[in-house]
Amino acid sequence: METITVSKEQLHDEARRLRYEESYNFLIDIVGMDYGDSLGAIYYLSPSQKPEQVVALKTSTTNREQPELFSVCDLWDSASVYEREVYDFFGIRFVNHPDMRRIFLRHDWKGFPLRKDYDADPAINPVPLESERIEDMERVPSITIKMGERVEETHQAFADGDYVVNFGPQHPAMHGVLHLRVSLDGEVIKKIDPVFGYIHRGIEKMCESYTYPQILHLTDRLDYLSGTMNRHAVCLCCEKALEVEVPERAHYIRTIFDELTRIASHLLGWGCMCMDMGSITAFVYGMRDREKIMDIFEESSGGRLMPAYATIGGLAQDIHPNFQKKVKEFIPYMRKMLKEHHLLFTGNPIARGRMEGIGHLSREKAIALGATGPSGRASGWHNDIRKVEPYAAYAKVNFEEVLRPGGLTFDRYIIRLDEIEQSLRIIEQLVDNIPAEGGYAAKTKAVIKLPEGDFFQRVENARGQFGVHITSRGDKTPYRVKFRSPCLTLVGALKAIAPDTKVADLIMLGASLDYVIPCIDR
Amino acid sequence: MEVKNIRIPNMQYEDFKDNEYLEGYVRELRKNGVNIFVGKISDFINWGRSNSVWPLTFATSCCGIEFMCVGAARTDFARFGWEVTRNSPRQADVIFVCGTIVHKMAPVLKRLYDQMAEPRYVMAIGSCAICGGPFKKSYHVVQGVDKIIPVDVFIPGCPPRPDAVLYGMMQLARKIKVQNFFKLPDEAKGKAEAPLTTNPINR
Repeated sequence: METITVSKEQLHDEARRLRYEESYNFLIDIVGMDYGDSLGAIYYLSPSQKPEQVVALKTSTTNREQPELFSVCDLWDSASVYEREVYDFFGIRFVNHPDMRRIFLRHDWKGFPLRKDYDADPAINPVPLESERIEDMERVPSITIKMGERVEETHQAFADGDYVVNFGPQHPAMHGVLHLRVSLDGEVIKKIDPVFGYIHRGIEKMCESYTYPQILHLTDRLDYLSGTMNRHAVCLCCEKALEVEVPERAHYIRTIFDELTRIASHLLGWGCMCMDMGSITAFVYGMRDREKIMDIFEESSGGRLMPAYATIGGLAQDIHPNFQKKVKEFIPYMRKMLKEHHLLFTGNPIARGRMEGIGHLSREKAIALGATGPSGRASGWHNDIRKVEPYAAYAKVNFEEVLRPGGLTFDRYIIRLDEIEQSLRIIEQLVDNIPAEGGYAAKTKAVIKLPEGDFFQRVENARGQFGVHITSRGDKTPYRVKFRSPCLTLVGALKAIAPDTKVADLIMLGASLDYVIPCIDR
Repeated sequence: MEVKNIRIPNMQYEDFKDNEYLEGYVRELRKNGVNIFVGKISDFINWGRSNSVWPLTFATSCCGIEFMCVGAARTDFARFGWEVTRNSPRQADVIFVCGTIVHKMAPVLKRLYDQMAEPRYVMAIGSCAICGGPFKKSYHVVQGVDKIIPVDVFIPGCPPRPDAVLYGMMQLARKIKVQNFFKLPDEAKGKAEAPLTTNPINR
């Protein structure tokens, strides 16, 4: 991976050059860094034409009291949330960013938790007894350069006289604890202001005090519906750094587990989306089929939702003797059920009426917002990491990356069911060919220490590109871990597609993007 | 049923002043062909209450998925009369705290609990809700919901299996059955005044 290091003054010019001259139009992630003597950020960029190419742009500032960097949110739309996150964790303020509120923590939180000198004494930040006041949520500070002068100002998130409705944090159809503040004009949505952080668990900070095998358990709980894939990403990242040769058998089994998880996740996503449109039956059907996968997981790994199966170097234990038989039984069952699901819901004229023609996300917008995964592919953006940089056993199988040009809610709905079919195809090709020799795990040292350096690995989870960035200083614990959440950018996509639709469709639009809130908040 | 079988947890048989009169009355009625059944209205109410507990739809993270599984096809909790999940805390009897509660969420959970009508129950599902679980070391996680609201049943697991959740539900049903319905308002008052933390891990 190419790395470009620039000073903070050159940052914006270099970013502009990469964006417009070399067409790096997809900002994968911004990783905030505390180097000890300086604070900085790493920008991972990729061009949508050549998605396998990734460049890391690094910058830093030595001013720890008032750290400031130039914002790149005029070049990539997704930068606006990433920069807010960097500000929240490291206190780096971004000049020319229109919204410099904290993103996860409350505005009255003292200190910046991911800095190395952060004082985690619970007496400084006790458990609050009162909710954050709406006035505080709405006050938006920003720093801009106007006519060569630096202006610090605050403005309101909503204009005076806007009719604002709160959805969440406790809302039955919000799929978690997301808080959406929606301004309405009659029934039509004008603007959405998402408030995150109601399930911010500080996983990235905790990782810094845990050893690498311990971190794996936290990744399962990020996006619990694709826990296996998240765990796979960290394993791959560590294996790449350690240069461990993982046995083929482990690669095959990991791939089958990943695809089974994807099916389970899509079934739940499909069921919940249908439930949001009023079909409880579809939800119960989806959960019923999902239980079959849970059974397969349980037999081999002992866990249902969190199989905790992949480890650095291979697998925790070998598969159960029944594994192949059960998987082979599951494939025809699922094919039959998929037909039923289509019959039950896809053809329903009421459901079609609600899904067709609304929530258009164009390909350019999806790339600019970084809406990866099925939601991006429904807009015709080729971004499947399984095809782009095949890992594990994906290079050995034939499958199709489902792309749809439409970008509408219906495309995002149908693409998940189509992906289930592709996942079945992958499993079908692998399940009979699991190599018997080589063992299920490579030998690793008892204490795993990664060599010094930055490591980055992406995998395709059920919601999009999940990325892991690890900075190691050669210790048994990492210096910095950052997870690229595919869901954070999906909420950005919701913010873009929801205006001008009816408020009654908001929940369904959110369900079609299928985000998982703990993955956003981490 | 004999009058003797009356079982009141906080009132012994000997404590009834007029057993003889009651027993005689029942005997006489039965002799004349009246099918009479003697019991306590409190038991009757609790039988009904324990078999129609309405949970609030509330989940913050992973355990919420297992909670959905409990409600879905295989371990269907409708068999126990719990299936009416309510979206408003004002209509709910029990709140399942499924998942981690963080600093920002704590006041929201407290408010949800306060909005529920008495008698109300709390179930802490999963290690996070019990003591912070895998996130105990985090700067932003509440170390157990019993620091904020009183908890009736703790269900350990990360996440607990649906069967475990079902078992926990039955424990709550048992608890409801032995409560004295008419003394609940006093109990609620005592609960509000008593110090929180009943969790041995957090003590």
